[in-house]
Amino acid sequence: MLRRARRFLEFPFLPEVVAILTAFLLGLLVLFFTGYPPLRAFSALFRGAFGSRNAFGQTLTQATPILFTSLSFLLSFRAGIFNIGIEGQLLMGAFVAALLGTMIRSLPLPLHLPLALLGGGLGGALWALIPALIKTYLGAHEVITTMMMSYIASYLTSYFVNYPFKAPGWVAQTNPVQPTALLPRILPPTQLSLAFPLALVFSVLVFYFLFRTYLGFQVRAVGLNPEVAENRGISVASRQILAFLLSGFVAGIGGAGEVLGVHGKFVDGFSPGYGWDGIAVSLVGRLHPLGCILASLLFGMLRAGGMTMARVTKVPLDLSLIIQALVILLIAAPRLIRIFILRKRGL
Amino acid sequence: MGILSLSLFQAMLRMSMPVLFAALGGMFCERAGVVNIGLEGIMLNSAFFAVLATFLSGSPWIGFLSGVLSGVGLGVVIAILTVKYSGNQIVVGTGINVFGLGFSAFMCQKIWGSRGASGSVAGLPLLRVPYLEQVLGENTILIYVAFALIILSHLFLFHTPWGLRLRAVGENPQAADTAGVNVHRYKMVFVTLGSGITGLGGVFLSLAHLSFFAWGMTSGRGFMGLAAMIFGKWTPLGCFLASLLFGFTDALQMRVQALGILPSQIILLFPYVVTILVLSGFVGKALPPSDYKPYEKR
Repeated sequence: MLRRARRFLEFPFLPEVVAILTAFLLGLLVLFFTGYPPLRAFSALFRGAFGSRNAFGQTLTQATPILFTSLSFLLSFRAGIFNIGIEGQLLMGAFVAALLGTMIRSLPLPLHLPLALLGGGLGGALWALIPALIKTYLGAHEVITTMMMSYIASYLTSYFVNYPFKAPGWVAQTNPVQPTALLPRILPPTQLSLAFPLALVFSVLVFYFLFRTYLGFQVRAVGLNPEVAENRGISVASRQILAFLLSGFVAGIGGAGEVLGVHGKFVDGFSPGYGWDGIAVSLVGRLHPLGCILASLLFGMLRAGGMTMARVTKVPLDLSLIIQALVILLIAAPRLIRIFILRKRGL
Repeated sequence: MGILSLSLFQAMLRMSMPVLFAALGGMFCERAGVVNIGLEGIMLNSAFFAVLATFLSGSPWIGFLSGVLSGVGLGVVIAILTVKYSGNQIVVGTGINVFGLGFSAFMCQKIWGSRGASGSVAGLPLLRVPYLEQVLGENTILIYVAFALIILSHLFLFHTPWGLRLRAVGENPQAADTAGVNVHRYKMVFVTLGSGITGLGGVFLSLAHLSFFAWGMTSGRGFMGLAAMIFGKWTPLGCFLASLLFGFTDALQMRVQALGILPSQIILLFPYVVTILVLSGFVGKALPPSDYKPYEKR
């Protein structure tokens, strides 16, 4: 019995699983205490996430930008940087992709689509480069600067689609992207597009870079112990700038994927906080690309199912934010969960 | 012109308040050796609870108290997770920020049926202070609380044995421990206290500046508070002066917006750009009061 309990405790993802279950349980309690029907709400959530082929397509669609942002956070965190401005990099990437997608005409799809995607990635990377350079040369901590850059990106893109690049009509959005720049849909009638397999490809690339290349090894070394890395002749500053650029690039591709795959244009305020999702997902995924894939499916489910839940039971969508926050808090202190389990088991 | 500049000064002072409370709160946390990125979420949460309690009780004073207490509550969570269980401080702070945003919007929609804004409630009354009022403008009690806090925390930090111990806990926890200071207790208490002070900033926003709760109404002021704290070199007086800069930007932004010469999205950028400039240009080599590592007793 004891041995079995020990084997159970050695299950490597136990803290994550316990954190997720606890967060959902607390979410149920929140619903209960605020007078919503908890079980009906959660059954609507699961129905909305997995109930049908379309629901499942919706889950994957929602998981796509989250997978990109979680990979983005992972790339920065592994280098010892805390990039919490992913939301801004995603927005800038999305906007650049929308511009390239609308402005360039009569270019064949095999050229136009990659160009728009790449432009989105570069937009995100450039937006991340600013706090990276400020950190390296002026010493301002990236937690505040990246956050500020996020606010700036959100107001700036809002200005762009309200004034200089506004499409005719009431809605603050750009003109529709040319058909040659659209990511093909792969599960009609859902909005699932090629962006999802692209995100999977990026997961593999990020894994390969971090764990199979020398440069990736250096990036991880800088994240693990900057002093030792510096002593071994690795330039901490240059590796961190590299990580910042890659992080912004992946976030920008995520934004481009939304514009070219889901909306077909840049709509003001289209992101419900995918940048924040990325942080939680990355942590739940143990800062590993494979973990990010699994965790982003979970959070995509939360977002897709949350919409059905909001429609059927009038539970505000923000419940998913609360659950997310609880997951982050519970994961933040792994010792909390380990001690909690150990005490319960009397070990 | 004279009246205009006086009223601009008064607006600057008013708008510096939320940033100042966040800066002072963050300062106490960092002096105890904990980086509190969650100031934004604490402030937002306090702004919400202040309005909720006022709405339920009819008294803004109960709202005031609830706002502070909700700050203290989140402070306890942060303290337990970061001090007792050595959780990653920035991850915990991020969690608190997400929580503040989600929880306030969730409850706002539940109670007032809209996640955008709550109904209007009674704000804190204006305090009549002869003479002073003519310079500082009509203000609620919070501005005087802020002045008292600046002076008291300055005296506390630099002129009392407890302040000395607190600084020691942040700068060199081993030495403080050897000298018989209960390092963990100091950390727990001052992270909680700092979060409570930050809550005052939320109360200011929702019961003095406005008299309702609006979605995400802190709009980055918690992060500006962190910037002001760094710019103010982790001292109460420095925090105050740095917050005035942010208050000025905010007041200016409102003026320009009223003139209608620039699109609002561009004007709203000002404070964020200033924050980045402040952090990157003027700080110089400010030495943080701690290395912020969780302290493990050996």
